[in-house]
Parts: sequence; structure tokens; C-alpha cells
Amino acid sequence: MTEIAHPSKKGVIAWIERWLFTTNHKDIGTLYLSFSLSLFFVGGFMAMIIRAKLAVPGQTWISPNSYNEIVTLHGLIMIFGAIMPAFVGLANWMLPLMLGAPDMALPRMNNWSFWILPFAFFIMLMTLVLPGSGPNFGWTMYAPLSTTYGPPSTDFLIVAIHLLGISSILGAINIIATILNLRAPGMTLMKMPIFAWGWLITAFLLIAAMPILAGAVTMMLFDRHFGTSFFNAAGGGDPLLYQHAFWSFGHPEVYIMILPGFGIISEIIPTFSRKKLFGRNFMIYAIASIAILSFLVWGHHMFVTGIALKAELFFMYLTMLIAVPTGIKVFNWIGTMFRGSLSFETPMLFALAFIFLFTIGGFSGLMLAIVPADFNYHGTYFVVAHFHYVLVAGALFSIMGAIYYWIPKWTGHYYNETLGQIHFWLSFISINVAFFPMHFLGLAGMPRRIVDYATPYADFNMLSSIGAFVFGASQLLFVFMIIQTIRGGNPASAQVWEGAEGLEWTVPSPAPYHTFQTPPHIH
Amino acid sequence: MRTQFNLFALLLASGIARADRTINMTPGVTPISHDIYSLHMTIFWICVVIGIVVFGVMLYSILFHRKSLGHKAHAFHENTWVELAWTFIPLVILIVMAIPATQVLLEMNDTEKEDLTIKITGSQWKWQYEYLDQGIKFFSNINTPLNERSGKAPLDALYLRTVDHVLVVPIHKKIRFLVTSNDVIHSWFVPDLGVKRDALPGYINETWARVNRPGIYFGQCTELCGINHAFMPIVVLAVPEQVFNAWVAGQKGEAPPPVLPAPTTTPTPTTTAPTAATTAAPATPGPAKQYTKEELMQKGEQVYLSICAACHQPTGMGMPPTFPALNGSAIVNGPVSGHIDRVMNGKPGTAMQAFKEQLSDEDIASVITYERNSWDNKTGTVVQPSDIQAARGK
Repeated sequence: MTEIAHPSKKGVIAWIERWLFTTNHKDIGTLYLSFSLSLFFVGGFMAMIIRAKLAVPGQTWISPNSYNEIVTLHGLIMIFGAIMPAFVGLANWMLPLMLGAPDMALPRMNNWSFWILPFAFFIMLMTLVLPGSGPNFGWTMYAPLSTTYGPPSTDFLIVAIHLLGISSILGAINIIATILNLRAPGMTLMKMPIFAWGWLITAFLLIAAMPILAGAVTMMLFDRHFGTSFFNAAGGGDPLLYQHAFWSFGHPEVYIMILPGFGIISEIIPTFSRKKLFGRNFMIYAIASIAILSFLVWGHHMFVTGIALKAELFFMYLTMLIAVPTGIKVFNWIGTMFRGSLSFETPMLFALAFIFLFTIGGFSGLMLAIVPADFNYHGTYFVVAHFHYVLVAGALFSIMGAIYYWIPKWTGHYYNETLGQIHFWLSFISINVAFFPMHFLGLAGMPRRIVDYATPYADFNMLSSIGAFVFGASQLLFVFMIIQTIRGGNPASAQVWEGAEGLEWTVPSPAPYHTFQTPPHIH
Repeated sequence: MRTQFNLFALLLASGIARADRTINMTPGVTPISHDIYSLHMTIFWICVVIGIVVFGVMLYSILFHRKSLGHKAHAFHENTWVELAWTFIPLVILIVMAIPATQVLLEMNDTEKEDLTIKITGSQWKWQYEYLDQGIKFFSNINTPLNERSGKAPLDALYLRTVDHVLVVPIHKKIRFLVTSNDVIHSWFVPDLGVKRDALPGYINETWARVNRPGIYFGQCTELCGINHAFMPIVVLAVPEQVFNAWVAGQKGEAPPPVLPAPTTTPTPTTTAPTAATTAAPATPGPAKQYTKEELMQKGEQVYLSICAACHQPTGMGMPPTFPALNGSAIVNGPVSGHIDRVMNGKPGTAMQAFKEQLSDEDIASVITYERNSWDNKTGTVVQPSDIQAARGK
């Protein structure tokens, strides 16, 4: 990265100062991405523990309580520590380059919104060593397991979640301000790159959704310490109120983790198809409709809680309706590829795997939307399979594709294509070995979040664990690829990819520390 | 009646071995579970067909429109009619799917005209069943032997599946289930019955089932409910009506209890014996037997390990501050009456439940004796079942 930086001062102090005080969007993007990668490995290590435990029934090397703690933190870390910061990092790096802006609109706030994260996760991970157990009630934190019955460390988790919320909201404000104000002259909203569209809408989702989570965890805190009974029936409250509040946040959150991915895929597919994105305007409308619908479907997480019949029908119909704009996106991507001139570099492979596997996750999502069928799927491994298809094969694959796609722009070097292809194929095969059998387990009735299981589930669990271990190990290749590419490699031109279009491909590779100090003009 | 019952048991036992690996949902044994299954398969095949079309076009492009084959990119990039087509065709498919789903959902919510009502109460980590019309009430605890759960014995085919007292229901009757909880949220799930309902503390959910085929149906808790969430199995035994009536009479002590098939393939050596037939009401009146300290300590250890150790740990060290240590505890080392009171009545607002309804006098007496004379606790106190009986009388 030394080429990118301004090496004005030398020494450890200068190095620390540079990264601690930086307001440069590229530096902050790098910080976000590195942070996300490290937490991806922390959360991934927890996943390995889970899969090791579940490989064979009847093992006792990890206690049920420790297992519940690991399950809880695996979810929280992957969502808030790996996926979300990675997307914010990509936004930081790429939005100014794509929009022709010199930097993010609010650079100091940008610095602050990143540096909140390490503290938040320090507090969150600290709960593992606090007396009495860490949070052990799942990332969904359902009351009263998290209130009356929650361990004391829950309060630390609540503080950490507030910090994460602040960080996300600040980041979102910054992205909206940048996109709305700093576009190059002539770049109308409808001409703006789809990645920016995905992020603009995601940022509004974040601003709307995170305060709901903050409200929910604050009510938790009050129930725990200040004698209120928001979630306690004995005091006139209702445990379902928590679930309504949580999923009013939680469902938009699901789309927060996928809409920037949609944006990325919509950049990668046209480049490697050497053809313009098909149905561009419909793609934008589809993202916007998904975002609006995402606020109206939270009840589908609660079909078996005994919510009213009319509510079940309402949530079922609206959830099914989401399939329409999602379908439009998939069809348009395929329409873009159709009669293109395709080549299959690693970013394209990840994008194709995204379309294929995300669609499978979409199918199981559609199945889950059907309320009567959901009575059998809910709370089983079918759900675990579903959300890992959309979050790992969906969100994570889009992030990996984005990194392969843009790393030549960041470092000035191509990555090693052979290594990238090996990493892709190992990941693609192992992810299916890990998560596809979970559909079978769920349909056979195996509940999620259990530390031990009945013997008929043993074979598929072993298979799933093998897949998970291979997937985990393959990611070491990914880190190796990143380090190798930073250190050297075939020099990349400004254009990088033959079919790439957009302002980010007009600046040299590696992108200079300051870009677009005078805005380009778009015709 | 007795012979009839045993024949029936034999019939059932042959069916149990069927609990093997599957890759799909099973159609189950109730009208609703059949409906769920056919909805599931319909949606599945619709998805398969859509998948073949979508992935087919994708694969076609990948195979034939490659740059390496010299394919040149065409310039088209929009077509409003195509967009409208792939907006409205999926919409029509969705409406076609929504109609049967709505019908089944309405049917599922019709809990009227029931023949029998059973109240199901979840608590950490057991189920309580109450037959409201028959006045029968009992707890259902996991009875997988502790040595299997601690990895000291090979796992049998029904590992983590079996319970001490099964839920017995008559076939061909509409059974209304009222589902609630005493502490955190649980979820009562029996796949073959097509029933899953959350058990919410302070609220009662309704659902129903009409079982068409006699048999043993397994399920378990599907909402994370704390440490032993994985150890809350459900066993439903569906029997013909006359057998059910005989069982009810046996439960109420009006007739000799029939021998119900215990769904276990190995003998259960420890703790709660799988005596589905014995009455489940814990407080048995009559003169209480006196035990030696050794007997009490031995039984107490079993009760402790199966009931108390999840929170208070086998070492008695607990997980303070959530689950206090019993080793050196002021209550355990204090007056016996305080200790008995805490075990029998629990501590409201915490995970410490009231065990007086769940455990017999012998169980409570022995576990208290065990706690007071284990680890560093050396009170020397011996608590007899008669003491517990006396405490119940107060």
C-alpha cells in the first residue's frame, strides 16, 4: 500500500497517526476492509467450533452453555463485524471513485464511524470472559431469555450494539451525503452506477432500521435493571413485543446485507459480459421496491408465535411479493449475459455463483413464506440452510467478487488468476457441501441452535462439517491472495478489465491517494 | 383390554425402527400435515421448474456466448415488454401458490369443535401435559441415560428422543392444544402432526391435530430456551380410543394401568425409570418410607445430575452470578427448612423453578441430602421423604 500513501513521515508513531487520524476515503476503506477480514476469521473460527461440535453426536468437549455463547457471537460477529463493515469499506473505497468525487462528504465523521467499531467489538468479545457466561441466547436476543434469564454480560452486549448502531448510522449519513451532493457534474441519479444506487437505498434502510434495534435493546436494558415490564407478561408486557421490534429492524437488516451485493453483481456481470446492464432502470426500481417491502414483512419471522390469522396472511402475501423484484434482478442479470461475450475471471465466477446460489436461497425463502409449510420449516436447519445461502453464497460471495474485481485498482497489481480460480472453486464446492445437506436436516425436523442431536441426523451433519472445514481452510488462500497482490504482481492498467465502464477505471492503478480534485464532466 | 393393548404395543414397537435418515419432509399422520406436505411439494416443484428455465438460459449463455468461442457481444440492453413479462408471469405464479396456502392456513386456525383439550406448558427444560377434560397432569422429562449424554456409553437409536412420560392421545379425535410457558419461550414441534407452536410465558397459543394413524411420533423444542434446549424431546403416542380410555382410567387409579410401550431400545439404568404407566402425580399419599443416608446420597446424585447440574454444574460451583454455587452456599449450609423451601418453591424472577410439582418426595429429600453433604458442604443433615411430605402439608 506504500504507493498509495503519502509517506511524508516515517516511524511507528507516524504510521499509527496516519491510520488513526486519517480522513482519506481510501485509507478508511482499507481500514474497514481489513477489520472486516479479521472479524470474518474470528466469526469463522467460531463456525469451525460449531461444526466440529456437530460433526458427531454425543460429544461433550464443549458445554451446552459455551455452545450457545459461540452460536450467539458467531451470528453477531458475522453480521455486524464481517458483512456490514466490508460493504461500508467497499463504499468508502469505490463511491468517490465511481462518482468522480474527491472524497466522502464528511471525512472526519468517516474516521469516527470506523474507529467506533474496534471498541464495540472489544466490548462484545469481552463478554466471553466475564463471570457468569457471555450472551447465550442467540443473535436474535429474544426476551425473556435475554432479560430475566440473561447473564450479566448482556448489558455489555447492549452497549456494544448501541455503538455499532451509531457507527452504522453515521456511515449511512455519510454515504447519502456523498451520493446526493458529490456526484460529478452531469451525472444524474439515473446515470449513477448501480453500486451507488444499491448503497444509497441501503443507507436509508440503515438510518430507518438501526434506531429500532437501539430501541429494542434499550427496552431490554430497562426490563433488566429499571423495573419495567416491556417484555414481561406478569407486568403487563408482552414477550412478542420484543420480536416485533427486533424483526422490524431485522428484516430490513437482511436487505442491508444484500442490496450493496446486488449493486456489486450489477457492476461485475456487464464488465465480463462486455455488454451494458440489461434493464438498468428496472434494476433500480427493483432495488427500491425490495427496500420498501423489506419494512412490511417482518412478521414472517413470527409465523409460529401465534400472531393473528390476518397478520399471517398479510405477511405471507407481502413476503411472496418480494420474489417479484428479486426475480426481476436475476432475470436482468441473465439478460445481460445473454448474447454477451463472456469471460470467466475470478470476479465473474463469484458473480455467477452468486446468481446461482442466491437464487436457490431465494427459492427456499419463497418456500418459507408459505405459512402452513413454514410451520414445519420454522426453527429448523432448513432456515439455517436458507440464510446461509443468501448470506454466505449471497452477501459474502458478492464481497469476495468485489475484492477480486477492484483489488487491481487498489494495489496496481493483478491478483494471481490461478490462485483466484482455485480459491473460487474450493469455496463454491465446499459451501454447497456445508450448507446443502442442512436443507435435508431441516426437512427431517432437526431444530437449529441445538448442541447435540438424535442419531438419524448424524450423516448429514458430518458431511456438512467436512464442507465447512474445507470452506474455512480455503479462506486462508483468500488472505494469501490479498497479501500477495499487495506486495506485487502483474501491473494493472487504468482500465484493468477489458469490458469495464465507469469513472473508477479512468484513474491510474493504483488509484492515487487523492483523486478527482477537479471533478470530471459526464456527458 | 390388556391383551388388546399389548398386541397394539407390539405393533407399535415394530414401527419405531423407522426413525431413520430422510432427505425430505414426511407426509405425517394428520390432515394438516398432509396438506403441509402437499403444499411443500407443490412449491418445491414450481421452484424446480423455474430453476430449470432460469439456470438453463444462464448455462446456455455461459456455454455458447463466451468470448473464448469468439462470440461478439450484442448491443441490446433494454426491452420494456420483456421486463413487464417477467414481472407479471411470476406474479401470476405467486397468486396460484397463495390460494392453496391460504386455504390450508384457514383450516389450521380452526380450533373449534374439539373432542379433547390438552394444555402444554414448557419450562426449562421439560414439558408438562395437562388433560383438561380428564384431570390428568404430568411432566415429561428426557430420559436418555446420563452416561450416554456424557459420552460414556454408545448412543442408541433413540438417543435424545425418549421421555419418561409420553403424551398419550386418541386417534381420529380432534385434539386442541393450548400451548404456554412458565419461564422463557419454547416451541412445541412434532413434525408428523404438522404442529409447531411457540410457548410464550404469560400467553396461551392454540393449535390442533387429528391423528389418523396409531404410532409413536417424535419431536422436540424448537426455540432456543437456554442451556438444555437440545434436551427437551417430545414423544406422542397415538392409540385407539378404547386404549386411550383404559390409559386414562389407569392414570386416575380407576383400573390397573395398561402397559404402554416404552419407546426405548436399551434399558434405562439411571434416574427416572421409563415407567409411562405409573401415575405421574408426584405426591403419593401414605406413610413415607425411611431411607439410609447412603441410599439418599446415591439417589440424590442421580437427581442432581439430571435436574440441577445443567445450571449449578456437576461440581456444585454454578456459574455465578447467574447460577449461584451450591458448594459453600449459605442456603445449602443453613437451616434445612430454608433449603427445602428453595427447592420446593423456587426463587421467583430467576431461573430457579419450583420443583414441588415436578419431583417426588423421595427425589426432593434425596437431592437435598446430596447437596448438603457433597463437595465442601458437610452439614451431615439427612432429609427424609417424610420431611418433604410435612413441608407440603404446610
